[in-house]
Amino acid sequence: MIHYALIFAFACFGLALLMNLYRIIEAPGVGDRILALDTMVVNSIALLGLYGILRGTTVYFEASMLLAMTGFISTVAYTRFLLRGDIIE
Amino acid sequence: MELLAEILITASLVISGIFGFVGSYGLLKLPDPMTRLHAPTKATTLGVGGVLIASMLYFIVLGDGLSFHELLITLFLFLTAPITANFIAKTQLHRNVPMDDLPKTGTGRPWATYESDEARAEAEANRNP
Repeated sequence: MIHYALIFAFACFGLALLMNLYRIIEAPGVGDRILALDTMVVNSIALLGLYGILRGTTVYFEASMLLAMTGFISTVAYTRFLLRGDIIE
Repeated sequence: MELLAEILITASLVISGIFGFVGSYGLLKLPDPMTRLHAPTKATTLGVGGVLIASMLYFIVLGDGLSFHELLITLFLFLTAPITANFIAKTQLHRNVPMDDLPKTGTGRPWATYESDEARAEAEANRNP
């Protein structure tokens, strides 16, 4: 039962990643691109968690923690650059 | 007990999958920038929360005890999601709304993103003499 739910969740998040990729390539504005990139990071964290359940190991949580931190910092850096033209003032 | 845990894990996995999908679909489907901001920042955080709850239950029941990494990731995401949403909303305002259409700040100074470095330095110097 868990296995089928895992496959369903993998499919959902994979499709979500594809839609984010489409939004990055074809977006009406730069803000949407940054938003799509942020959503992509969050979806990859979910995929890593699912892969950890599938393999039955907790090794991947460190990876998803690092991914979460890098994603947050990169989003803030992009938006700061657009807002002020400078990242650290 | 084990059956109950399996049902709970399956339910949270399915719910998180649906929410993650809907969040990214809203990013494509919704009409204007601010509503597009709404869709992923809420739904995807709930989706990741569902996955992490599922993995926490899974490792409690079928693995080797409680691990706090999932809770750490959930806490980190819940702390940072509003901050990134706020930053992206400010970027959308800065790029899409003309300076005169923004609401007044009520302080005599413009919005912080439109204030030049010199004007900001001068205002800060006058505020704290």
